[in-house]
Formats: sequence, structure tokens, C-alpha cells
Amino acid sequence: MPELDDPIPISALQHAVFCIRQAALIHIERLWEENRFTAEGRVLHEAAHDPSRRTRGLVRRVTALPLACRRLNLSGTADLVEFRREAPGGPETPFPVEYKRGKPKLHRADEVQLCAQAFCLEEMTNRSVTEGALFYGGTKRRVVVPFDVELRRLTEETARAFGSLLAAGETPPAVYKHDRCRACSLIDVCRPKATTKTAAGFLHRAVEETLLRDASEAP
Amino acid sequence: MKKLLNTLYVTTEGASLRKDGENLVAEVESAERARVPFHMLTSLVVFGGIFISPPLIQALAQLGITIVLLDRAGRFQARVEGPVSGNVLLRRKQYKVAEQPDEIVRSFVTAKIANQRLVLQRALRDYGSDMPPDRRERVEQVVDRQAAILRKVAFKTRGLDTLRGAEGEAALGYFSVFGDLIRSPDAAVCFRGRSRRPPLDPVNAVLSFLYTLLTHECRSAAEGVGLDPAVGFLHRDRPGRPSLALDLMEELRPIFADRLALSLINRRQLRAGDFEFQDSGAVLLNDDGRRTVLTAWQERKKEERRHPFLEEVAPLGLVPHLQALLLARHLRGDLDAYPPWIWK
Repeated sequence: MPELDDPIPISALQHAVFCIRQAALIHIERLWEENRFTAEGRVLHEAAHDPSRRTRGLVRRVTALPLACRRLNLSGTADLVEFRREAPGGPETPFPVEYKRGKPKLHRADEVQLCAQAFCLEEMTNRSVTEGALFYGGTKRRVVVPFDVELRRLTEETARAFGSLLAAGETPPAVYKHDRCRACSLIDVCRPKATTKTAAGFLHRAVEETLLRDASEAP
Repeated sequence: MKKLLNTLYVTTEGASLRKDGENLVAEVESAERARVPFHMLTSLVVFGGIFISPPLIQALAQLGITIVLLDRAGRFQARVEGPVSGNVLLRRKQYKVAEQPDEIVRSFVTAKIANQRLVLQRALRDYGSDMPPDRRERVEQVVDRQAAILRKVAFKTRGLDTLRGAEGEAALGYFSVFGDLIRSPDAAVCFRGRSRRPPLDPVNAVLSFLYTLLTHECRSAAEGVGLDPAVGFLHRDRPGRPSLALDLMEELRPIFADRLALSLINRRQLRAGDFEFQDSGAVLLNDDGRRTVLTAWQERKKEERRHPFLEEVAPLGLVPHLQALLLARHLRGDLDAYPPWIWK
């Protein structure tokens, strides 16, 4: 398969669903603050990314599988893909499984990342991929994700929106949202509250203050 | 808040440093003297003849922990760094703005003068009544003059040369009375105007040493946020000079270095015996003196203050990093100007 030109990392789509600025800070600005959550996630992934194959019955399991999708200019690595057969010797259907720390989320970031893997697998294997699963370290359970029209649309939109930011090298401005920003490992480099202030105004006020202060302190 | 990690300073001649698992171990005459886990470190600074094992060099470089080699007097020798990180788009913007740097230079110079003035004002407030009247008057005159320069620089001046000129004028006035702030009864511990390369009196020796430490912090801060430390705004490019680190330093010098030098000398933590007076007239800190300054420096970095722009409490040691970050965010278009650090 020919190499893609500046592909979008599949893992970036998950950040882009959560917050497009976060995705830009990580993938365009190359800022990455590791906190406890991401460190735990990394350890989980290192375990999952030991490339190996194993076949049990009708299921062939491949870990750390490189993926790409030319249509959406995506590339990345799947934690685990199960190639499942209905019957011995029959055709294989890919079933991607992504490992996540914690619990299922209220937003669809993890599902979008998984769906992007499905797009890659469909293009690469010419088989339709109708579902996959998210395995959550916190609950130690698989959640099956159907790749329905709605999820496919959201994934494509996210890929296109983030792709054009990536191509232009732009970082969108911060929008402060209490719940989301508090959980973000990049809050200290993003500074969503500071970037809404005027720094020019700050400098003026600071100088005026320091000049005024000695007027009031003078005997 | 980003963690304030340590810089490890090793000053003992003949010490040897090696890697043990995920730790840095310092030995003197085969006896273990210190053990620091890598995850507590941002950089390692060594003075003079100190052995660093190759596996340690490799491990530190890989983890992005910078190694800086200084000679015994604290002069820069070399730096060992892992793969350069950073953001090419940010650097391109930095180079572009460096062609038209007036507004950023205005921020640096404004804060530098404001902070110099605050050092003088604080001295007047704390011990102005003990000063002989003529000395006190000299300092007061400079404080007034600084106010006029500050107003001009912050609100009126246009053009890079004028800004640089104002900075020079302010520095000249400031250092003309800096000696009046020295209260040590020790006649040998004096200040005879700013001198460097080499410093010609003990106060200059302390200032130069502190500026070296601060340069190192500012350079690491610039690199840490992906900026090119060699391309400055106030300082013109010169091969081998960390111009951006020197720029970032300007606003911090008065409080981080000058004020610390004053308190070490005025509290008599540094005395004539802490200096080496050489035949050429050069004055350097000796081993004991350096150790005293380094201890005070490390303590000062832990002190917490409210950041004037970010409005959150941060240890002083993080301020160079926060300022580099704010500069990077300004260059990338998040902030309409660079908000410098002004002491309160």
C-alpha cells in the first residue's frame, strides 16, 4: 500500500471529539502533558501493543495492527483486531477492539476512534465491518459498538474538520467549559481562561498600578 | 499546575555520578552522597572536574534531562541534550516576529525597569531610614527617573533603538546606586559599578553567578515550550548566544538575582571569606560561597507568589517556564501581547 502524505493519526480523532483545541495542542503544537490518567493509559497500551497473533477456534487475534485509510487520510495502530469466521474455511470479518482505561464515557470520543479503525479495515480488507468493541480497564468489560450511520457520519466529520486544521497548522482558540477543562491533562499549557484576557491591557494596568502605588506611599 | 522539578547542582570536585536503575547516584571517594530519582529532575548542572558515567549521560539525554557543564567559576562549557523537541510552526512564527519585535521588546523592557525600580523602592522602604541622607537621596532620584522612563517605555516610545536606549539608560541609573543598597560592614564586600568577564568585586561576582543560573533556567524554559533559545527579540542574534534566554531573563533579573544577591550580602550570609581575590583583580566566589548561593537559590525557587497575569499561585522556580509558555502562546496567536512578570 502506498504511504499516505501527512496522515491524520487515528488517536487524534478521539482528542478532536473531546476538544478540537486539545487535539491541535497535542498534534500541531506538540505539547503533551502526562498526568496520572494518560500514564495509566500508556501502561495499558504498552501491554496491548505487544505485536502477536493467536488463533483460537474461529477467531484469529492480531495485536498492534498497523492501519490506514486513504479515503479519509487516516493512519494508526489498532490495539487488537479479531478476524472472525462464521465457519471453518469461511470468509473473515474484522472486529476491532480498543483498550481504554477507566469506564465508558458520556461523550463519543472512544467510539469515533474505533469507528475510524473500522473505516481503515473496510478499505484494507474489502469486507464490511459492522461492529467492534471498547475494552475498559476500570470495569474489565467489553462494550460492543455498532458502526451505525450516525457514528460513521460523526467520525467522517471529525476527520475532515481536524484534517483541515492539521493541514493549515492552525490552533483554534480556547473555549472554557468547566467540566471538560477540569478533566483535561493539557489545561496548564492550554490556559483556557488566560487566553480570553487581554495581555496588552494587563501590561498597561500593571504599569499604572506600580506608578500609582508610590504616589500613595509617598510621605 | 506543572510540577516544579529540581535542578541538581554538583559542586564537589572529584565527585562521580552514575546511573543506578532509575536514579542518579553521586559518589565522593566511593561513598554514596546523594541519590535522586530521574523523575524528580529537569536538569543536572555540574561545576568543574566531575565524572559523569556514559550510561548516565545516555539515560538523561533520552529522558530530556539536560546536562550542563560549567567550569569551577560557573562559566558555561557545554550542554548535553537529547533529541530537539519543539514545534516548527512556533519557531517559524518566532523568526518572523523577531524581524519586527517592537511590542515584545516593549513588554520585556517595561517589566525590567518596573522590577528594577521595585528593588530600589523596597530597599528604601525597608532600610531607607538607616541610610546616610546623601545616599538615600541618590536612590530616590533614580526611583523618580525610573518612573519617567517607565512611563515613556510603556505608553509612548516607538522604535526598537529607542526601546533599547531606554533600557540602557534605566540600567545605568539603577547600577549607579546599587552599591548604596549594600549594608555589609565588611569593607571588602563592595560594589564598584557593574563589571563582568571578569567581575571585579564581590557583589559583581555574586551577580554574575546568579545570572548564569538564571540563564540556564530561562534557556531550559524556552526549549521546554518548543521555542528556539538562540533567536531573540531584545538581544540581537549572535552565533552561540542564547538570545531568547537572555530576553526572558531581563524582567526576572532584578527580583530573582539582584534582590537575592543583596539579601545574601546584607544578611552577612556571604562575607569576604567566601570570595577568591585574584592577582588580576578578578573576584570569584569560592567553593563555600558558591554552596551558600546555590542553597539560597534553591530555597528561593520554592517560594510561592501570585502570578500577576495568570492570577494563580506558583513557585518562583516555575516562573521562567510560565513566561516562556505565555510568550509561545502569544506567538501562536492566543494572546494579543506578551504579558511579562512584574513583581508585586
